[in-house]
Amino acid sequence: MAEPTLDEWKRMYYALVRIRQFEAQVQRLAGAGEIPGFPHLSTGQEAVAVGVCAHLSRDDVLFTSHRGHGHVLAKGSDLERTFAEILGRDSGLCRGRGGSMHLVDSGAGVLGATGVVGGNLALAAGAAWAAQAQGKNTISVVFFGDGTTGAGVFHETLNLSALWRLPLLFVCENNGYAEFTSREEHSNVQHVSSFAVPYAIATKTIDGNDLPTVYAAAHEAIAALRRGAGPYLLECMTYRMAGHYVGDAQPYRSKEELAAIKEKCPIERLKIRLVAEGVTQQELDEIGERARQEVLQGVERARAAARPDPATVLDHVYRSPSLHSIP
Amino acid sequence: MQYTFIEILRRALDEELARDGAVHLLGEDVAAGGAFGVTRGLAQKYGDKRVRNTPISEAAITGLATGAALCGLKPVLELMFIDFATLAMDCLVNQTAKYRYMSGGQVAVPLVVRTQAGAAGGAAAQHSQSLEAWFIHVPGLVVVAPAAPAEAYGLLKSAIRLGDPVLFIEHKRLYTMKETLAEGAPLPEIGKARVARTGTDVTIIAYSAMVQSALEAAAELARVGVSGEVIDLRTLLPLDMTTVATSISKTHRVVIAHEAVLNGGVGAEIAARIGSELFDELDAPVGRVGCPFAPIPFAPGLEQALLPGSGAIVHAVRELLGAPAQARE
Ligand SMILES: Cc1ncc(C[n+]2csc(CCOP(=O)(O)OP(=O)(O)O)c2C)c(N)n1
Ligand SMILES: [Mg+2]
Repeated sequence: MAEPTLDEWKRMYYALVRIRQFEAQVQRLAGAGEIPGFPHLSTGQEAVAVGVCAHLSRDDVLFTSHRGHGHVLAKGSDLERTFAEILGRDSGLCRGRGGSMHLVDSGAGVLGATGVVGGNLALAAGAAWAAQAQGKNTISVVFFGDGTTGAGVFHETLNLSALWRLPLLFVCENNGYAEFTSREEHSNVQHVSSFAVPYAIATKTIDGNDLPTVYAAAHEAIAALRRGAGPYLLECMTYRMAGHYVGDAQPYRSKEELAAIKEKCPIERLKIRLVAEGVTQQELDEIGERARQEVLQGVERARAAARPDPATVLDHVYRSPSLHSIP
Repeated sequence: MQYTFIEILRRALDEELARDGAVHLLGEDVAAGGAFGVTRGLAQKYGDKRVRNTPISEAAITGLATGAALCGLKPVLELMFIDFATLAMDCLVNQTAKYRYMSGGQVAVPLVVRTQAGAAGGAAAQHSQSLEAWFIHVPGLVVVAPAAPAEAYGLLKSAIRLGDPVLFIEHKRLYTMKETLAEGAPLPEIGKARVARTGTDVTIIAYSAMVQSALEAAAELARVGVSGEVIDLRTLLPLDMTTVATSISKTHRVVIAHEAVLNGGVGAEIAARIGSELFDELDAPVGRVGCPFAPIPFAPGLEQALLPGSGAIVHAVRELLGAPAQARE
């Protein structure tokens, strides 16, 4: 792997802050009652999104979970249209039909998020199968949480993708929690990567909060996938710095645990590394401020955008309106 | 040429595989011909990449087919028994059906899920069900249930070309039925019912194997001077209420017959719509025929005792005719 240049690291630093700021705005506006539903933030997990998506082209496809804002932005979806979707605007990626948990942006290769835990896994395998059948060299990536490994379809999809040698990258964001319950209470299997072993799926458990580690591991995994080596399961140990959903008071976390959060922050950790390489704190602050401004402007434009016309509520149920004869 | 239901499905699949390279068949044992032999020989002809065996993973293979459909394939998935669709329900209901809508029309799921339903030959409670009503409750799905071989041929081809997800329900009792295929006939439009027999006294609405029972009932009724019109719905979602209305405007009496239990069944929906849309046309209450509310039993005598057939339809029609017909202006 060619080590990224310092400029490339700075761009990735920008991408991390951009996601962090984006979700800070989601949190703020959800709190203000401007965002319907229950958005889930990936705050603290951004390095996984940025480190993996750095290796994807637009033609590669991505499926994400209920915690997908970061993945979608890192894959290249337009920031304003993504935010507009979360606000339920007509200019949103899905014209306000999807929202935070159902982001689709086919132009950017974002083929969907799922509100049903585990619902994205087999779809991602299907996309990988399609690429294989069409003789393409593209891959399919699916992001999911550690709690998702309790779902039967996770195991079915591991088996199927190994059997068919699908170009499918499983990226597990192991943040130690499923909602309010710790991993220990969910499974006897400590590491999600263990599940790959019986299916002979290549796998690795890595520090998901260290961007250079994620970048290097994703590079290796994706290179193998593009060579046709079959699926790969990358387990990224990470930490959700926010609540499960916006508004979660997190009574299940101890004070000590909450106090240690900053050390885990992937942005702080990359900052330390970049400073060690000679980047000044001032330059990093400037990069962060640029990201913040981009987000604020995008968010304001999204907020100003029109809401969907209620008269269009029945659009897109079927391709042909003639099939839509139900009252 | 004459074909059985199974042979004609195979011919339709063969032709669609030949016509469109995006069409792929998948399911448990399909490369080996499938549990009922529908796909026999197709893997030899098109290769085991286009006619592909899967593990026994109904949730994952339905998701796989859906994901592939999002990316340009036109998969035809075989779910061996509709009873097993319960394992694929999350995908069908939460993903497959909703993708077009949730994405604001960006993507589509051109998928056909072929499955096999109904009671016959002691298949018993877990291999005999008629679960179609569950699916007509889901916006975004299309549900097709052919009543005869030639119908199945055209409807399957139309389903594969539709561009929206179709649950295609084949009745196991029809599999050995033989029929001549009229070559070159235009493909039926999905969403349109057909009049399987014309009549003037009573409309019998049915679908799938029950259409055959309805035709037998109409023949029997004809012998006692009652002229029954039989509507084969073909598509259960959407329902073709136009064809239903045309018929009821003529006969003013209607019996809806299906093998599924009555409670919450397709017939309940049709009856409700007739009640609200065609109330003034009715000379008698809407009659319904369906399975009594019990699982399908194993022993032949019990299975027979439970299943509604032509006799139950004749009985229901006679009850309707016995009801005092109001004078119409
Ligand atoms: C099938 C299903 N069951 C339960 C839920 C409710 N739920 C939403 S997120 C979540 C936890 C998921 O945990 P994990 O996979 O670890 O992802 P994380 O939230 O930690 O990112 C649960 C139980 C759901 N959405 N879908
Ligand atoms: Mg988790």
